[in-house]
Amino acid sequence: MKFLSDKAVERLREGAEIPDLTGTRYHLLERVARGGMGVVYAAEDERLQRRVALKVLDVPGADGDLANRLIREALVLARLEHPGIVPVHDVGTLNDGRVFYTMKFVKGQRLDQYIETVSSVTERLRLFLRICDAVAFAHAHGVLHRDLKPANIMVGSFGEVLVLDWGLAKLLQEDAGRQSQIADPDATILEKPSKAGDSNGVVQTIATGHGTVMGTPGYMSPEQARGDVEHLDARSDIFSLGALLRFLLAKNSDSTANAVGKQHLDKALEAICSKAAAPGPEDRYPSVSELALDVSRYLDGLAVAAHRESVFEKLARFYRRYRFFILLIAAYLVMRVLILFFLHR
Amino acid sequence: MNKVLLGLLLGAVLGAIDGGTAWFTPAVRSMMVGIVVGSTIKGLIAGVAAGVFARKVNSVPLGILFGLAVGFVLAFIVAYMQHGYYLEIILPGSIVGMIVGYATQRHGAGPATTSVAR
Repeated sequence: MKFLSDKAVERLREGAEIPDLTGTRYHLLERVARGGMGVVYAAEDERLQRRVALKVLDVPGADGDLANRLIREALVLARLEHPGIVPVHDVGTLNDGRVFYTMKFVKGQRLDQYIETVSSVTERLRLFLRICDAVAFAHAHGVLHRDLKPANIMVGSFGEVLVLDWGLAKLLQEDAGRQSQIADPDATILEKPSKAGDSNGVVQTIATGHGTVMGTPGYMSPEQARGDVEHLDARSDIFSLGALLRFLLAKNSDSTANAVGKQHLDKALEAICSKAAAPGPEDRYPSVSELALDVSRYLDGLAVAAHRESVFEKLARFYRRYRFFILLIAAYLVMRVLILFFLHR
Repeated sequence: MNKVLLGLLLGAVLGAIDGGTAWFTPAVRSMMVGIVVGSTIKGLIAGVAAGVFARKVNSVPLGILFGLAVGFVLAFIVAYMQHGYYLEIILPGSIVGMIVGYATQRHGAGPATTSVAR
């Protein structure tokens, strides 16, 4: 009996996964990545003659839970028009019954790879602020990401930061007319809708389940890890951002979010990370904007809200902030003393 | 902080220190207050001039040269009015101008640029 090697099996699997794009305006180019729900391909939009990223579900059928989730992800993306959030172009179902959506094709690197090329803490913090900007925008539109981690953030070739993979996103606000069309990923479908994927290709939420655990360990908030989805709010993403900040500030980007916390950080930055990733939501920053403000204050050489400074720390910060002028005045004083010395000799 | 305000503050501080050093010249100690006030105003004027210049010209060497020239001229006027102490007044005054010229080129926010959509 002859067995196939793992490589051969993988090739066969990839071959079987190749989506049938006949009847669509897309032409398949290459496989880019695999996610939890499906595969992302690079494709050519023949009508608009541009390259797009095509995310297609693993399994056929437009009425399954995964299909709902993918459609929902596309709908969430469609309502979040922000430079830091990848724009969605199209959503539909292929001939083989698999659901897909297309989005902007981003050339760049994943954050965990890109960060290895950035050594400056200031640059890393600026990068983090851009991530906060996109997440704050999503929160303002009632969307929680719930899976913020380095692998879900892309840095484009022009330094643009894009938050990807909104497959676990949760809608916080009731937005009449639109909310009802977007199924919650935590939803337990008790009763199949009369026509799954109606004219808009969307499914209505019937009931929200409790106790489902989805996310990435190390970046997932404790309440999310407990499956307490009903009580999740913006502070759950803030926990993830705190873990992400620790990761960004680590010298060795291979470190996991937990291991990074053990490395030496500036006290103010450590306090920001600890406050953002506090175990209890009530101890965290109330909003992403507050977290971003504290990081900005650190960058500007100001005191941060998360850390109470000692007198020495205040003086050290004052010196760091005004070092140029302090040294300039000191140099002038030395020069003045020398002039006095030579004139009165 | 914009360049003009930076020049004004730095010029005033350095001018005050400059005037304060007159204490080491016993002959003028009785006029200390007047000297400190005058020197502060002199530094302040040099600072504002250097700040305005830095907003228009983005060049460290030219900024230093401009500061030196302004500091020299102002200090010369003061020394001329004093009828003496030329070196004691002109040398530090010129250095204050140079320092303020350098600082305003290196630091401080320039004028805001506005883009007009056509």
